[in-house]
Amino acid sequence: MKYLDEFRDPVLAKNILDEIHKTVTKPWVIMEICGGQTHSIIRNGIDQVLPKEIELVHGPGCPVCVTPLEIIDKALEIASRPNVIFTSFGDMLRVPGSNKDLFMVKSEGGDVRTVYSPLEAVQIARDNPEKEVVFFAVGFETTAPGNAMAIYAASKEGLTNFSELVSHVLVPPAMETLLSSPDNRVQGYLAAGHVCTVMGWDEYEPIAENFRVPIVPTGFEPLDVLEGILLVVKQLEAGLFNVENQYLRSVKREGNRQAQTIVNTVFEVTNRKWRGIGEIPASGLTVRKEFESYNAEKKFAVENITTEESDLCISGVVLRGLKKPHECPAFGKECTPTHPLGATMVSSEGACAAYYKYQRLE
Amino acid sequence: MKNIKTTNIQKRNNPLSVSCSVPIMDHDTVQLAHGAGGRLSADLIDKIFLPRFGNETLNKLEDQATLNLPPGKLAFSTDSFVVDPIFFPGGNIGELAIYGTVNDVAMSGATPLYISVAFILEEGLPMKDLHRIVVSMEIAAEKAGVQIVTGDTKVVNKGSCDKIFINTTGIGILPEDVYISASNLQPGDKIILSGTVADHGMAVMTSREGLSFQTRVKSDTAPLNGIVKNILEITKDIRAMRDPTRGGVATTLNEFAAASNVGIQLYDSNIPVNPDVEGACEILGIDPLYVANEGKMIVVVPAYIAGDVLKAVQKVEFGKDAVIIGEVTDSHPGMVVIKTPLGANRIVDMPIGEQLPRIC
Amino acid sequence: MCLAIPGKVIETYDENGIKMGKIEYSGTISTACLEYLPEIEVGQYTLVHAGFALSVLDEEEAQKSLDAWKELGEALDEIEDKS
Repeated sequence: MKYLDEFRDPVLAKNILDEIHKTVTKPWVIMEICGGQTHSIIRNGIDQVLPKEIELVHGPGCPVCVTPLEIIDKALEIASRPNVIFTSFGDMLRVPGSNKDLFMVKSEGGDVRTVYSPLEAVQIARDNPEKEVVFFAVGFETTAPGNAMAIYAASKEGLTNFSELVSHVLVPPAMETLLSSPDNRVQGYLAAGHVCTVMGWDEYEPIAENFRVPIVPTGFEPLDVLEGILLVVKQLEAGLFNVENQYLRSVKREGNRQAQTIVNTVFEVTNRKWRGIGEIPASGLTVRKEFESYNAEKKFAVENITTEESDLCISGVVLRGLKKPHECPAFGKECTPTHPLGATMVSSEGACAAYYKYQRLE
Repeated sequence: MKNIKTTNIQKRNNPLSVSCSVPIMDHDTVQLAHGAGGRLSADLIDKIFLPRFGNETLNKLEDQATLNLPPGKLAFSTDSFVVDPIFFPGGNIGELAIYGTVNDVAMSGATPLYISVAFILEEGLPMKDLHRIVVSMEIAAEKAGVQIVTGDTKVVNKGSCDKIFINTTGIGILPEDVYISASNLQPGDKIILSGTVADHGMAVMTSREGLSFQTRVKSDTAPLNGIVKNILEITKDIRAMRDPTRGGVATTLNEFAAASNVGIQLYDSNIPVNPDVEGACEILGIDPLYVANEGKMIVVVPAYIAGDVLKAVQKVEFGKDAVIIGEVTDSHPGMVVIKTPLGANRIVDMPIGEQLPRIC
Repeated sequence: MCLAIPGKVIETYDENGIKMGKIEYSGTISTACLEYLPEIEVGQYTLVHAGFALSVLDEEEAQKSLDAWKELGEALDEIEDKS
């Protein structure tokens, strides 16, 4: 496929890899923010072929991982109600809440459906005027334009049986939280290329400046990830801390203005809990008052559901790269990929799940 | 449309002829009474089933089939089919039900001979859909060289099943000295895959309601007994054979590795994927190694014979794209590991459940 | 976090007042909302995430990256040749 195959070329990968080996002189800790990049790193074994000086820390950029338990519980509650069609991306169906997941709700008779696009959920609402159709709107800045458009389109059309359970999160506040931690080890960042495709990279400049860390918006194919690492290492070796765009074919400095406009029309910034990290101020999006009738939390009055995360879980510490997953007392015992306690064991790309899978090879 | 006399069993149509018009029935849809054993049941058998499936054994309409079997070991397998949608690009639930069981029998090294067919029908199923399914089952049985010798039909209330469920059971005969098992793998053995992966699963997934894709992806549903016959003609020294259906190639290889307590090393670049299938997998974020196939097989043989077996597989139409995808090793027992293009090793694990379209 | 796949716009149309497009990915065609790329034209490649086209892929930039990586190899070869 054009724009994929050529960015997976092993010969060119070797060229970049050789350049990384040539450039690096001392140990560096680099975090890839995005779960998609983690996926690419694990799938291609990039971590295995990098110089031993480079330590990659898998970041919190996976909406499946960071969606707090209490939102999952709200989703389960809404999906269990009669007369509701609950729609979701496939990712969220297996994520466990306090005592079940959406698949189990379905097996108990709930009408839970997988959609590929939020507009499909709007179509389901059009086709089923006698039902309440709820879409589980999770994701980062990349997914927000689609989820905002679904509400915007439904409202323009006057659909009253559509709403969204919104749990949107924003990358820059999470980066700042991680960097502000007194025991932070991360020295350079691969920023999420698709988030930056929407948002541009202006907002990362003050972070790079304040915390003196290089930040490189990076793509997802192996050559992109390798070049992103190379650019970070070059800056680290030279003592620089700039925002430098690797993903030139998709990311522009200003991002996608049209998308930003609709997101800002429908959503507003709010405080948000992150699974494993806790509440981060101004780190999420919620539905604006003008579109309140599309906010499922209000429509189904589930705002009062609160759930505490497991206190056994140290995923917040793992996410910051302070501890390795196997240093957690619950790892592989109370906490496994089929019964995860925390964010990093939930998604197959989470640090703990990846460790669980790979420890056997070593 | 009332009072149409039950006709005698019609002469079997040429199974491959295109003109398979729906027989004239009293009802356009399946009724509860079609499964109640009375006149409507007889009507269904006479007009829909016997004209298509009829053979000397079945036509007797006894409660059981009595069969004379050739000498050898008996291979015996059963499977139920509940695929949604029932018609998908490249096939339907009917031919899947025939090929699925034929293939399971054949993977023992047996020649599949006879098959039973049991239908569970939801009332309201359009008669023309049932007819279409039955016609394709006839064609499939013909292609696979098996006879449908006994069967059953039940009709359930609307909502009690999803349109149509089919169970098939097959029997076949294999030579006494053939012993094929997932637990036979030995270090050094070669792993042959008979063609492209993920065609069936992606054909079904992209044709499901809600996922609006236009695609050329077609199910690979096909009988594999021809390939097995070709292999057995050149060697009986076969370690293991299996058709990687649900869970795909990754699951079958993990089963092999666990059963034999050996490691499996795959070469990433050798696993064939149809470009259309690859496109669909990329969009939905699905790994083709975990997606179901319905006309592919994996055969593990000792290295000395691997080249000859590969050629034997490639001679059959459904095996023309066969390749050697990896080998058995004594390192990392119980695990399947793939060499990535960057030269690293990645574990190909058992999937936790069904593959779901993902956005992240 | 965000799976976005490059595909080629082969048709644009309007549905319920929203600009939509048919996008081809190696033989498979799917629909995507083009509302965020008002300037996009048939024949261009776009990145699609969850049914929404988010950017027009810049062919020139892509080629520049690939060329640079190729040159990297040639430069390394030269160094090796000299040493």
